[in-house]
Amino acid sequence: MSTALVLRDVRKIYANGVEALKGISLEVQAGEFFALLGPNGAGKSTTIGIISSLVNSSGGSVEVFGHDLERDRVLAKQRVGVVPQEFNFNQFEKVFDILIAQAGFYGIPAKKAAERAEYYLRKLGLWDKRESQSRMLSGGMKRRLMIARALVHEPDLLILDEPTAGVDIELRRSMWDFLIELNRQGKTIILTTHYLEEAESLCRRIAIIDRGQIVENTDMKSLLEKLHVETFVLDLAAPLVEAPQLEGLEVRLRDPRTMEVAVPKTTPLNHLFVALGEKGISVLSMRNKSNRLEELFLRLVERNLPTGGAA
Amino acid sequence: MNGAFQWVAFHTIVAKEVRRFVRIWPQTLLPPAITMTLYFVIFGNLIGSRIGEMGGFDYMQFIVPGLVMMSVIQNSYGNVVSSFYSTKFQRSIEEMLVSPMSASTILLGYVAGGVARGLFVGVIVTVLSLFFSRLQIQHVLVTVLVVLLTAVLFSIAGFINAIFANKFDDVAIIPTFVLTPLTYLGGVFYSIDLLPEFWRVVSLLNPVVYMVNVFRYGLLGVSDVNVVASLLAIVLFTGGLFLWALWLLKRGVGIRH
Repeated sequence: MSTALVLRDVRKIYANGVEALKGISLEVQAGEFFALLGPNGAGKSTTIGIISSLVNSSGGSVEVFGHDLERDRVLAKQRVGVVPQEFNFNQFEKVFDILIAQAGFYGIPAKKAAERAEYYLRKLGLWDKRESQSRMLSGGMKRRLMIARALVHEPDLLILDEPTAGVDIELRRSMWDFLIELNRQGKTIILTTHYLEEAESLCRRIAIIDRGQIVENTDMKSLLEKLHVETFVLDLAAPLVEAPQLEGLEVRLRDPRTMEVAVPKTTPLNHLFVALGEKGISVLSMRNKSNRLEELFLRLVERNLPTGGAA
Repeated sequence: MNGAFQWVAFHTIVAKEVRRFVRIWPQTLLPPAITMTLYFVIFGNLIGSRIGEMGGFDYMQFIVPGLVMMSVIQNSYGNVVSSFYSTKFQRSIEEMLVSPMSASTILLGYVAGGVARGLFVGVIVTVLSLFFSRLQIQHVLVTVLVVLLTAVLFSIAGFINAIFANKFDDVAIIPTFVLTPLTYLGGVFYSIDLLPEFWRVVSLLNPVVYMVNVFRYGLLGVSDVNVVASLLAIVLFTGGLFLWALWLLKRGVGIRH
C-alpha cells in the first residue's frame, strides 16, 4: 500500500507568537478513511491549512503521494481536494461557474470541466441549482457544493474539515454514504469532525491532536480497546434517595430515577445486574452515557491538560 | 504539460474577470462613459471653446488623449483592486491557493482582466470622443504600446493595493487620495509647459504626466516630455511593480497566515 500523506515534524508559529503546531508527524496510507480529531483550537485546521497551502508552515515537510509539497508543488497539489470548514466561494457566482472555474484552476479544459461539473452536481443533488448564485443556496447545499468543487479535478486524497457541521441528520447520513462510496472507489479520505459518532462510523484509523501535538494515532479498534471504563445511564423503576454502594463500580445519582454507573471493561455486565438485584433496585432501561469514542476522546484530552486534568 | 496547464488556469481567471465586469456593467462600463461624456461637453465644448488652442490644437482635441488615458488608468486599477480584494474578503481566493496554479499565473490572470477592462473602457471613451472631435493617430505603435503598458502598470498597482487592503475603505483610499490627484495633475487638461518652472519640474515627478504625454504624442504627434525615455521609464516601472507583486503573492502577504 502506498502512502497518501506524510507529515514530518510540521510546525506552525503564528505572527502573534502562538505555537499552533509543535512538530506533528503523521502518515496516512492510500485508500484509508482517516479521522483527525481534537478540541477547538487544537491545531486541526492549521494542519489542514498547511496541507492545502492556505497556511505557511514554520518548519517540517509535507508529502502527498510521494511528492513534496514545496519541491513538486504541481504534482502534489493535483492529487489533493479540500473541503474547508467555512464557505469560501464567491457569493455572486453561479453554482455551475464555480465548478468550471475550479476545474480550470487545475488545468482541466472547458469541455471536460463541464462534463465533470455536471456529473458531480447531479451526484450531489445540485444539478437543478446550477444556474443559481451560490448565496441563494441553503447551508446544506453550500456544503455539498464545496464537496463537488473539491472533487471536480478528481483528487486521490480528499480532505474534509468538519464537512457535516450544521447539516441535518438526513443530509448527514446521505453525505456519509457518499463519502463511503468515494472511499470504496479508492479515494483516501481525511476527515475532521466534532461528531465523534461520525468518526467511529466512517473511519478505520484515527489521530487525536491536542495543543498542537498528536496525542494518539492508531486504528479505531485498538483505540476503543483503550477505553477501560464505560459509563451507562440506568432509568430506575423506583426513585432512590442516595446512590447505592456497588462493589467495584462507581455510581452517581443524576436524579432520583436516573443513575450513572461506570463499569470497568474487565467487569462483566452481569456483575452490575447481580449487585443491583441484591440492593432491590429494578432497572427499566439502560444506555451508554456517550458515544464510546467521545468518552475516550475526553479522557485523552483531559489527561493532556496542563493542570493534570480530571480523572 | 505544466505550460499547457498554466495556460488553461490563466485563461480561466481572465474569462472569470471579463465575465465579472461585463455582468456588473452598470457599475463598471456605464459610469466612465457618462463621466467622460460630461467632460467632453463641459470642458471640451463649453469651456474649451473659450480657451482656444492648447499645444497647437483646439482644446477638445488636446484633452481627448488625456481623458482616454484617465479612463484606462482608473478602470484597470479599479478592476483589479476591487475584484482581488473581494476575492480575499469572500475567501474565494482559497480556491486558487489550493490549486497548483503558480503565483505568476494568478498575477498575470488578474492583470489581464484589469487590462481588458481598461482597454474596453478606453475604446468606449474613444468612440464617444468621435461625437465631439476628429480622431487622428500619428503613431499607431506608440499609441498601442503606451496604452497597453499603462493598463498593465495600473492593473499591477491595483493588485498590490488589494494585497495590502484589510477593509473596503483601503480599496478606496489610494484611488481617491493618490490616483485622482496624480491624474488631474498629470497634464490631462493642460500642457505642463504652461506651469511656472517650479511646478513644471514638480510635475515631472508625476508618472502619469509621461503616460498622458506619450499617448498624446501617439495621437496628435506632440508631447511635453521625451517619448523614448518615457516609454523606457514606464517599462522599467512596470517590471519593478510586477516583481514586487509577485514576491508579495509568493510570500502570501495579506493572504496566507
